Amino acid sequence: MKILVCISKSPDTTSKIAFTEANTKFDENGIQYIVNPYDEWYALVRALEIKEANGGQVTIVTVGAAADEPIIRKALAIGADEAVRIDADPKDAHYTAMQIAEYVKNNPFDLILTGKETINYNGSQVGGMISEALDLPYVSIATKLDINGNILTLEREIIGGIQVVEVSLPAVISCAKGMAEQRIPNMRGIMAARTKPLQIISPIAIEDLTKFSSYEMPNAKSSVKLIAPENMDELVNLLHNEAKVI
Amino acid sequence: MILVYINSSNGISKASFETVTYGKKLGEVVVITNGNASSNSLNTLGEYGASKVLVDRSVDGEDAQQLTKLVAWAAQEIGAHTVIFSHDLTGKAVAPRLSVRWKAGLVSGAIALPDGSGAISVNVFSGKAIGKVQVQSSNKIISLLPNSIQPEKTGSPCTVNEITANIGSGKIRVISTKKPEGEIPLPEAELVVSAGRGLKGPENWGIVEDLAKSINAATACSRPVADIGWRPHHEHVGQTGVAIRPNLYIAIGISGAIQHLAGVNGSKVIVVINTDPEAPFFKAADYGVIGDAFEVVPRLTAAIKKFRAN
Ligand SMILES: Cc1cc2nc3c(=O)[nH]c(=O)nc-3n(C[C@H](O)[C@H](O)[C@H](O)COP(=O)(O)OP(=O)(O)OC[C@H]3O[C@@H](n4cnc5c(N)ncnc54)[C@H](O)[C@@H]3O)c2cc1C
Ligand SMILES: Nc1ncnc2c1ncn2[C@@H]1O[C@H](COP(=O)(O)O)[C@@H](O)[C@H]1O
Repeated sequence: MKILVCISKSPDTTSKIAFTEANTKFDENGIQYIVNPYDEWYALVRALEIKEANGGQVTIVTVGAAADEPIIRKALAIGADEAVRIDADPKDAHYTAMQIAEYVKNNPFDLILTGKETINYNGSQVGGMISEALDLPYVSIATKLDINGNILTLEREIIGGIQVVEVSLPAVISCAKGMAEQRIPNMRGIMAARTKPLQIISPIAIEDLTKFSSYEMPNAKSSVKLIAPENMDELVNLLHNEAKVI
Repeated sequence: MILVYINSSNGISKASFETVTYGKKLGEVVVITNGNASSNSLNTLGEYGASKVLVDRSVDGEDAQQLTKLVAWAAQEIGAHTVIFSHDLTGKAVAPRLSVRWKAGLVSGAIALPDGSGAISVNVFSGKAIGKVQVQSSNKIISLLPNSIQPEKTGSPCTVNEITANIGSGKIRVISTKKPEGEIPLPEAELVVSAGRGLKGPENWGIVEDLAKSINAATACSRPVADIGWRPHHEHVGQTGVAIRPNLYIAIGISGAIQHLAGVNGSKVIVVINTDPEAPFFKAADYGVIGDAFEVVPRLTAAIKKFRAN
């Protein structure tokens, strides 16, 4: 069983977000990057659990610059066997997905896992794009993944409920909360990560289909109106007459 | 021509009226859908601006690969230059696939119409900022974040054409579906009552549910509350849970950590009830009550019931 886990970086969840160059560029000053939580906590850990139960190999792939290698080492420390870095700036989801799809065309996998979304651009795009490029089935936002021979059984949250679906390998799955529990790398893992193979490959020529032209900050809230805890009639009155929401 | 895909397998949702309204502001709208919604309900999409609805009843709609072929077929059929989805489970699976198949840029999670330069706003960094996306291809795909635009009735019922796109069967088999009855789905709820660790234990959620019932709201919770199993996982809102943007968000006993705010800061009005005047959530609130949830919440529910009775 060969499993590929797509890993991206994202700013630490407590990061203060700012922009430079007339609000056209994300200000990386002081930003600490982490492995995107969905990729690390759910996709990668579930892949490792499957490998531990059934045997096989877990490869991680990231489209990113040399500066992103700390997140690759982190994923290796958690337990991935080998890493691939496609040496390019992942500006656009289509560009990123086509790079990964090209790698998979040359190096087939049984199962390809992505996170539900990156927490910086929140696009939820890359997994679906990879699946279409490879003409594979895609189950998005799965919260549970089990494997039996060649058959995957997945759960996903549909509006107000849970759906159980089955699909045959190979397939692309995007992973969300519920699938696994976060693992903290131990010292042995961290040491081992230093010597695990990291292959660097050059990108293919692909056009960007979209571009972020600028950014802005959401309107700041004006200061909060405090209502005395005894006076809930007043709150109801404000919600009805002023805010007009009830 | 604008093509709007809607998922009508569970009836026609508000999100469908939103996407048709959005499409109508960009041009003439044709809707493509699948499943077995009656023609009499599908034709109501005309009231929101659709000129025609195409429905393929042979497609069950669970397989993104198959739906992508259906939407691509319809786009070709009507000569569409823009395809619009709702940014829901189906849209998140189909829109990216269509982007590759159709070589069209995707604006994922749009919150507004294109501005003068054609750029479309989306939430980035979990709602901490807004990014403006330019699509560089001639064909465009937009998935619209639910609750971003108000549905508008501008027309009258339209024709519904049964079609068969002959796209073959899907590869994903649905084994079972567990659906709790009568609950309001969180991403679509206009009013949400949410509570956190300040409630002390799952046995205390009665006051939260009573308040929610009094205004017909959905219930939500903070992440630790879902993690310890006080509440089901699908209620967890925030950066690593569901992102919502209801008209009203009432946060009870939630501190307002940055990761929680990231999932709710698109709410139009925020009410915070917390014992701690220093709770960070007050900075993001429109209305605040500094007080004990166990006293304030039942009092608020009673006040709402009194108001509703008049
Ligand atoms: C990577 C990462 C991702 C995360 N993602 C999310 C996410 O998606 N969503 C999320 O919610 N969290 C998330 N968190 C966790 C987040 O940082 C906070 O820990 C969490 O939101 C706190 O939950 P809480 O407000 O319920 O609990 P607490 O922080 O314990 O706050 C409880 C609040 O209740 C108040 N209180 C106590 N008693 C009462 C009373 N009787 N009446 C009224 N108020 C009372 C207290 O003053 C306090 O403000 C994430 C954390 C990390 C590191
Ligand atoms: N640069 C990247 N390199 C590798 N995988 C990525 C990259 N960007 C996104 N992904 C994967 O695609 C998922 C969805 O990303 P997105 O479409 O940006 O929300 C992420 O959770 C990752 O698993």
